[in-house]
Amino acid sequence: MATVELKNIRKTYTSEEIIKGVDLSIESKEFVVFVGPSGCGKSTLLRMIAGLEDISSGDLLIDGRRVNDLAPAERGLAMVFQSYALYPHMNVYQNMEFGLKLAKTPEAERREKILAVAQTLQLENYLKHKPGQLSGGQRQRVAIGRAIVRNPKVFLFDEPLSNLDASLRGQMRVELATLHRRLGATTIYVTHDQIEAMTMADKIVVLQKGIVEQVGSPLELYDHPRNLFVAKFIGSPPMNFLPGTVIAASEEQVRVRLASGQEIAVAAGSAQDLVGAGVTLGVRPEHIRLGDSVENRGSGQVELVEYLGSAAHLHVRMQDGALLVIQTEGGVGVHADDAVTFSFPAERCHLFNSEGVALHRRSSGRMAA
Amino acid sequence: MSAVTTASQHHRKAAIGAGASGALMLAPAVFVLLVWSVVPLVLTLWYSFQNYNLVDPTLHGFAGVNNYWYLLSDPDFLQSLLNTAILVIGVLVISVGGGTLLAVLYDQEFVGRGVARVLVISPFFVMPTVSALLWKNLMLHPIYGVYSWMMRAVGLTPIDWLQRFPMLTVMMIVAWEWLPFAVLILLTAVQSLDAEQKEAALLDGAGPVARFFHIVLPHLSRAIAVVVMIETIYLLTIFAEIMVTTAGGPGVASTNLAYLIYSRALLQFDVGGASAGGVIAIVIANIAAAFLVRAVARHLEV
Repeated sequence: MATVELKNIRKTYTSEEIIKGVDLSIESKEFVVFVGPSGCGKSTLLRMIAGLEDISSGDLLIDGRRVNDLAPAERGLAMVFQSYALYPHMNVYQNMEFGLKLAKTPEAERREKILAVAQTLQLENYLKHKPGQLSGGQRQRVAIGRAIVRNPKVFLFDEPLSNLDASLRGQMRVELATLHRRLGATTIYVTHDQIEAMTMADKIVVLQKGIVEQVGSPLELYDHPRNLFVAKFIGSPPMNFLPGTVIAASEEQVRVRLASGQEIAVAAGSAQDLVGAGVTLGVRPEHIRLGDSVENRGSGQVELVEYLGSAAHLHVRMQDGALLVIQTEGGVGVHADDAVTFSFPAERCHLFNSEGVALHRRSSGRMAA
Repeated sequence: MSAVTTASQHHRKAAIGAGASGALMLAPAVFVLLVWSVVPLVLTLWYSFQNYNLVDPTLHGFAGVNNYWYLLSDPDFLQSLLNTAILVIGVLVISVGGGTLLAVLYDQEFVGRGVARVLVISPFFVMPTVSALLWKNLMLHPIYGVYSWMMRAVGLTPIDWLQRFPMLTVMMIVAWEWLPFAVLILLTAVQSLDAEQKEAALLDGAGPVARFFHIVLPHLSRAIAVVVMIETIYLLTIFAEIMVTTAGGPGVASTNLAYLIYSRALLQFDVGGASAGGVIAIVIANIAAAFLVRAVARHLEV
């Protein structure tokens, strides 16, 4: 398929800079997800790659060739839009045929390609239907079919699942991932939903305010968020954050005193010069262990229990008033107003300095750059 | 006999019991409808079979189909039918064709778009007699008109449009009045086109022309159908513009059916003949309406 390379890509509207210098290289056959809160510039970036928005400065390379000044159709990409953007007056077959017709593909070849794609997407029985007669999921499939049939070098998806209901979204997520594995096409996918990003991506690009906060595999981002923003954004329910002060630091360990007075040991290094400085301790709800322990102990009162069946979320108020979410397996017999004790495993804690940048963590798994 | 009476009485009672209040509610509307449409229709039909001439009161009584025969065998009548068709079709082509292009143009971003939009709509607000006068005296007058002045300014002899090409000129004036209406309706339709659809077409490799014919025009088809229907209804009865500019002349060169009926009734005082023309106009309007409603209904379904 194709590689995509972004070199210092910028986008300026009148006086405001929306995309502030993005560098990114996407390997062939890679499934890359742009994720971020609304207004972070992820859709703009995708539209710039598609050619629907001008690139103010920087270079966009597809397969090593600079395509900044090429028209969208000449870049060899296909896009699936959030609203599907099917042509309402054409039936399913004609929708998929339109691009091929404009590319002057012979009739027999068109028919062959469309029928093959329709079979892949289970649309054979709907070829004569107009988009208005189809369900949301079917329309989604037609939009994907319209993209596939042109055999593009790169697929672009702009929040394709956000118009579907929750169960259909889960189903389409699996279908998309399966389809990507079968086609092996380079794919760029935009979403604000971190679950979609985590489940489908080979590589996640977290964006905020036009800046790439971190690039990495889903597990890299989960285990080694580079800063507070990524730590907050990746993972559900989101990571807990507690303010504290560094009281001692060695090569292997940093000791932090929380606002509540408790002392926590964190497996992080190179923080000798931070002694006395304010830091933020981050720990994921699923990593906090219920029960008494000697090290890294904490306690509080349960305010609310959310039972999810396979797990439960305990909302715990600590003595100093900080609210903590703890995820436990199953219903563990904890109820609202119960007092609980728990511990933060040293190797699972994250530390962020006053600028919100993560301290180097000493733990298993791949290291973030 | 008595059985029949009781049966009908019984029937009437039941009907009154079931729908008395409904009928009562409907009565005013039905009454107004009768007075406003059925009475004139019946009177027109009645007069069309009567000898009725205002300048010759001695001639009266039932005329049979004479009024119709006289009218249908009159070459002026055929000319007026032809002129009506030319006027309707010509104005429709100009206003819908031009309206579509202008709507697409005015959908683009350009400096002064707001002002330009107001200007393009404004002719619609000028009443027909005034706009006809504007064209006749201000623009096309062979001596004082702006057009004539422009022609002379470059050393050319101005054409007396209303004299040389009366039908074409009337068509232009009416099209000038109705183009804004088409632009107004079609512009709102163009603006409702989903931006992502245009972008999808862009990615499919559609150039401006392909996008216009494959995306914009199909999207506009319903709006165009509505414009054609509404304009046709009004264009069949164009009168003021002809009255003011050419008075149907020279000869009957710019007389349409509406003007012919007027001239029969109020210039030649032949009420019977004019009524026959009116009945024919009603028949033609209904045929046109039947076709249009069918075509539009098909477009509106989807």
